[in-house]
Amino acid sequence: MKKIYWLVSLIVVLSMVLSACGGQATQAPEKKFRVAVVMPSAINDLAFSQSMYDALVRIQQEMGGPDKFEIVYSENMFVVDDAAAAIRDYATQGYDLVIAHGSQYGSSLQEIAPDFPKTSFAWGTTADTFGQPNIFAYEAASQEGGYVNGVLAATLSTSDVIGVVGPIETGDAKLYVDGFKAGVLATKPDATVNVNYIGSFSDTALAAEAANTHIAAGADVLTGTAQMVVGAIGKAQEANALWFGTQSNQSSLAPKIVVASQVYHWEVALREIISLIKAGTLGGKSFTANLANGGEVIEFNPDYALSADAKALADKTIQGIKDGSITITLP
Amino acid sequence: MISDLLSVTVLIGILASGIRLATPYLYAAIGETFGQKSGVLNLGVEGQMLLGSFAAFYVTFKTGNLWLGLLTAMLVGALMGLAMAYVTVNLHAQQGISGIGFYLFGLGMSELLFQSLMGSVETIQGFPKVHIPVLSDIPGIGEIFFSQNVLVYGAYLLVPLAWFVLNKTTLGLKIRAVGENPDAADSLGVSVARVRYFTIILGGTLSGIAGASLSIALLNVFQQGMTSGQGFIAVALVYFGAWRPVGVLGGALLFSLVNSLQLWIQVLGIPIPSDIAVMMPYVLTILVLVATVSRVRAPSALSKPFERED
Repeated sequence: MKKIYWLVSLIVVLSMVLSACGGQATQAPEKKFRVAVVMPSAINDLAFSQSMYDALVRIQQEMGGPDKFEIVYSENMFVVDDAAAAIRDYATQGYDLVIAHGSQYGSSLQEIAPDFPKTSFAWGTTADTFGQPNIFAYEAASQEGGYVNGVLAATLSTSDVIGVVGPIETGDAKLYVDGFKAGVLATKPDATVNVNYIGSFSDTALAAEAANTHIAAGADVLTGTAQMVVGAIGKAQEANALWFGTQSNQSSLAPKIVVASQVYHWEVALREIISLIKAGTLGGKSFTANLANGGEVIEFNPDYALSADAKALADKTIQGIKDGSITITLP
Repeated sequence: MISDLLSVTVLIGILASGIRLATPYLYAAIGETFGQKSGVLNLGVEGQMLLGSFAAFYVTFKTGNLWLGLLTAMLVGALMGLAMAYVTVNLHAQQGISGIGFYLFGLGMSELLFQSLMGSVETIQGFPKVHIPVLSDIPGIGEIFFSQNVLVYGAYLLVPLAWFVLNKTTLGLKIRAVGENPDAADSLGVSVARVRYFTIILGGTLSGIAGASLSIALLNVFQQGMTSGQGFIAVALVYFGAWRPVGVLGGALLFSLVNSLQLWIQVLGIPIPSDIAVMMPYVLTILVLVATVSRVRAPSALSKPFERED
């Protein structure tokens, strides 16, 4: 019997190792800036986690490649306890900056950070540094890109019914959805925006049926936020409905129907955080990525033939939000 | 607004969505029914689905051949089943624990393979909708039942087939005997090991198809962890369905229909908080389970390793 338990535990351990080790920690020579990031989903989720990973890769290129700037990551840390263990491990290994990329990691970080006063931590999306000197906070004003997407969605819709597929009614997702709604209604007050929160960040099948539901209810333009929307985009494509993306550029999934995506460029916050760390400040500040500071960019899909009028309206809206002439009222 | 729920569009929408959502549950839960009927609890369904899902997607993505993708998913599921059978039948491992082991293996392996072979989320053309002549022209009914893809039809055909095999064939009798009283079955010359190998491999194959139904028929993408706990719900549906294929069908449909109902409730703006709406399928399933569970009995030898007494 002993043999069996040994075998079973071997399988369990092996598979855990396989699932946990997205990135390998390599031995670093001196003076390299070392960043570790813990993320709730995969680095290529075309959404929240990818937005951070892509930003880190862009910073790495700016700073001269892997020899100057090291990135390690733990992805799919959906279980907060596992994420907390990973955050602690990275801090123990002496990384210069440990990023907890998910608001659900906040309370863990609040406990861990005081144990490592020489390590800098960043977490998001939030504005709360817990008043601790070694925690940075970052968030995105996702209602801004949501508003721009909403204005365009209302302009392009002919049925005046627009569908939204969301995960859970909180945080970044709620901001985006509320901003989107405000954008639609500011453009077409009579339009209907149907919102569906499916209660999951990973249930691709349910996201797909949510999209089918919107289409059956008459929607000809859809949007959605979080990584499970890849299921919804496919359904939009089948029905030839238009799609607006957020978090990462989703054009590659359905080049014919994706009009534009709001993309987070966290490097705006990361650059400042890194220079502060180099200057000796390990935390205590919070950053907001928005359209004005370049932390959010509306990326248009070049394969979608957007009319010149609509493009001009989008640019005007972006400009208005940047200079403050358009204010977004959230519920 | 509540009355909006009774409009034809909404009813068709709810039923058509429910039929599709139930598809992966049906494959996985019917497969699990065979295993449990023979006395083996397989908690690795989710892992088998994930690997099957990835295998089907990857092969289809590379070759463009959906049937080859499906076949690969079946093979991968069968191999996972074979390994599970070896661990539980030959090594007499504790079934719950080894099932979790296989789940974690499938989860980790599918992520690793996705990461190294694909690297990013892609889409494919999945199995197209097959409109069954004449029947698909019936208003309403046609759209709900006869305009789905081939794997959806397969899932529903599987139910009577599984019922027939379990209740009307010698093989089914052997499976039930091995699950109820393996010692007696053994003394009558039925090989407990062979029967269990068969059911676990069959279960794995069907879980593989369940995964494929998501990645190459219903959603046409693969994303890490995309089964999202469906394999575990499938195991629960076997208990819910009292180890009968038709009961499993009832459970899968109930769960899926309530799920599509709650999607419509939100879309129609019926003032129920989304958090409550998304709980509905789970709450209802638990309530029905509580109300019915006392009437049914699990196979006597379920999750007990069989050791021959000489």
